[in-house]
Amino acid sequence: MNIVVCIKQVPETTSVKISKDTNTLMREGVKSIINPFDMYAIEEGLRIKERFGGRISAVSMGPPQAEEALREAVSYGVDDAFLLSDRAFAGADTLATSRTLAKGIKKIGSFDLIICGKQAIDGDTAQVGPGIAEKLDIPFVAFVRKIREISNHSIKVERMMDNGYDVMEITLPSLITVVKEINEPRMPSLRGKMKAKSIDIPTWGLADLEIGEDKVGLKGSATQVIKVFTPKRGGRREMLEGSVETQVGLLINRLNDLKVI
Amino acid sequence: MSIKIDIELCTGCGVCEEACPFEAIKIQDDVASMDERCNLCGACVDVCSFEAISIQGLRKTGGDGNDHKGVWVFAEQRNGKIASVVLELLGEGRKLADKLGVDLSAVFFGYSVEMQTNELISYGADKVYVADAPILRDFNDEIYSKVLVDLINEYKPEIVLSGATAVGRSFIPEVSARLETGLTADCTALDIDTERRILLQTRPAFGGNIMATIICPDERPQMATVRHKVMKKATYDTNRKGEVIKKDIDGYGVNLRTKVLEVVEEIGETVNIAEADVIVSGGRGLQEPKNFKLIEELAKILGGAVGASRGAVDAGWIPYSHQVGQTGKTVCPKLYIACGISGAVQHLVGMQSSDVIVAINIDKDAPIFDVATFGIAGDVFEVVPALIKRFNEIRG
Ligand SMILES: Cc1cc2nc3c(=O)[nH]c(=O)nc-3n(C[C@H](O)[C@H](O)[C@H](O)COP(=O)(O)OP(=O)(O)OC[C@H]3O[C@@H](n4cnc5c(N)ncnc54)[C@H](O)[C@@H]3O)c2cc1C
Ligand SMILES: Cc1cc2nc3c(=O)[nH]c(=O)nc-3n(C[C@H](O)[C@H](O)[C@H](O)COP(=O)(O)OP(=O)(O)OC[C@H]3O[C@@H](n4cnc5c(N)ncnc54)[C@H](O)[C@@H]3O)c2cc1C
Ligand code: SF4
Ligand code: SF4
Repeated sequence: MNIVVCIKQVPETTSVKISKDTNTLMREGVKSIINPFDMYAIEEGLRIKERFGGRISAVSMGPPQAEEALREAVSYGVDDAFLLSDRAFAGADTLATSRTLAKGIKKIGSFDLIICGKQAIDGDTAQVGPGIAEKLDIPFVAFVRKIREISNHSIKVERMMDNGYDVMEITLPSLITVVKEINEPRMPSLRGKMKAKSIDIPTWGLADLEIGEDKVGLKGSATQVIKVFTPKRGGRREMLEGSVETQVGLLINRLNDLKVI
Repeated sequence: MSIKIDIELCTGCGVCEEACPFEAIKIQDDVASMDERCNLCGACVDVCSFEAISIQGLRKTGGDGNDHKGVWVFAEQRNGKIASVVLELLGEGRKLADKLGVDLSAVFFGYSVEMQTNELISYGADKVYVADAPILRDFNDEIYSKVLVDLINEYKPEIVLSGATAVGRSFIPEVSARLETGLTADCTALDIDTERRILLQTRPAFGGNIMATIICPDERPQMATVRHKVMKKATYDTNRKGEVIKKDIDGYGVNLRTKVLEVVEEIGETVNIAEADVIVSGGRGLQEPKNFKLIEELAKILGGAVGASRGAVDAGWIPYSHQVGQTGKTVCPKLYIACGISGAVQHLVGMQSSDVIVAINIDKDAPIFDVATFGIAGDVFEVVPALIKRFNEIRG
């Protein structure tokens, strides 16, 4: 069983705070981490490898410093890691990201299963996994919470739905995206940490992947971000003063006026 | 491709620094500069009032937009029942279609769906594209994608909307990837730039900490998944007439690589806070598990659901299924009442898009008041019983 896990380096949003005075984000000192959902992807890959053998590779598209995320993946037990990095890849939307990752995965070699996180905590789209599957023309199941069975040519999984779950079977090779219910990620091993320090991580750019410049990065993107703003917060805030009776009376009037009760 | 700052024009005002989602901009000696974190997203270009920032070598323009017409809504069903987000999409789709002067259509996949097509017309669809077959009863990504891609290629809509549900967020990205077009995830606002006939799609990112407006200028259709409960439902009128167009799917079911073996509904957890219009939430300020009764009582009077902070869940006062926030559920009810919740950012990201937020906290400086529409600095054990009493009086 050869497995590829896709990992994205993201800012740790839990340390994002809202400035009380200016009502904007304060982002100083935000650390970069492996996208939390990708930790479950790595763990699931490792568990499958432990049962069935094979290789597990990690791939990431991002700026040069995304190599840190790949080294961390190696410390958990991933066998090898590949970085897709090129100025031309910058500004990619999920379409261009999917194309680039699909090419990178092809170049790594033959695979049976690709595992992605459910979504990245910065872009939050959950679109890259299905996009990669489409570009590689393989079946996929998104939001997998449990792998029930794996055979030589198929995999049986449970996927989370809004009001329950579905049991799905897809042929291999294929792709799944995983939710946090699927497992408990392990800690890095000492051996893994040693290996992470010394491993050679190849970096592939545009010239290494068989892909046109107009298919990647900003140029290859169909969507374009035209405006970014902080959501309005507390714009209407009103503190209700007075005795408890008055406060409660005022509140009920306000809620009536707004027709929410 | 590269980004450039004209240092003659830049005043060092810092607006771009604020706008950059990647923290790539620093202001030094009154001029802005970017480091390698810049992702060329373009967000800073538009916010600079001095036109100091430009991105060179931009993409091609002038796509295949002109022969695409009409607004489509993917009418998701589960167990034959139309998902409620579809009615909201028809409401919003109607507005967009009217602004563009085009038809609104619904696309419906299922089995024995005669009745539902009429419903969709009553909710405002001018046309309904229907694929009716046993194999479409359950949600199978592979066949759903194939049928939708073929319909889009055949009838060429300019806009395709779907709910940002498990179904929509699963197969719509495959559809857009196959069509080589853009898809904006989990939108909370849509509008039309009438001059350019372009769909303006606004969505939260970074766990709700920022909002982004996204366009798909060249490729068609422009596609978006839309969050539940943010758009207004369409009005229902059984006098409406519409056209039904049947899609024959013979042969689509062969050699499928994806099988749905079983569909299981889990109803154990009765409260689905994600669906509620009113949520009353309690936090550690309630001090004891039994005090959650107060929250339950208030919720019951208002016909709402009970939510909780992680503080209360971790203390074991209420099950995890009630947790609101980054590691719990994201909710956007019409009314959210936070009782004894401090307002940690991980809680805020789960509830800050609620229409009206009421915060009750003994500490007048608690951060929860920053997102509140109305704040009461007071003791929950006085304020909540007083509220319950007044509501009871009003409702008789
Ligand atoms: C504010 C903002 C809003 C955006 N909105 C949209 C939008 O609506 N539509 C759109 O097409 N693009 C959008 N983008 C661009 C999008 O964030 C990028 O394309 C990003 O590279 C991938 O999307 P994501 O972060 O949402 O990943 P997701 O699709 O949420 O990621 C899912 C999984 O895919 C894998 N993966 C994702 N990216 C990588 C990577 N670089 N390397 C390795 N594995 C990866 C991981 O396993 C991850 O868990 C937006 C960007 C910003 C800054
Ligand atoms: C990775 C991560 C993920 C997290 N995910 C979530 C999440 O999904 N959801 C979530 O909620 N939290 C989450 N948290 C935890 C979050 O940071 C806070 O710790 C938590 O929200 C605090 O809960 P609380 O407001 O109930 O408790 P506290 O912060 O202890 O606040 C209690 C409040 O009650 C007020 N109070 C006390 N007595 C009274 C009284 N008699 N009347 C009125 N007010 C009173 C106090 O003034 C105080 O403001 C997460 C944290 C991390 C690190
Ligand atoms: S917004 Fe424009 S003028 Fe202001 S610092 Fe940025 S580049 Fe300079
Ligand atoms: S283009 Fe985007 S990432 Fe680059 S500096 Fe401007 S806002 Fe930041």
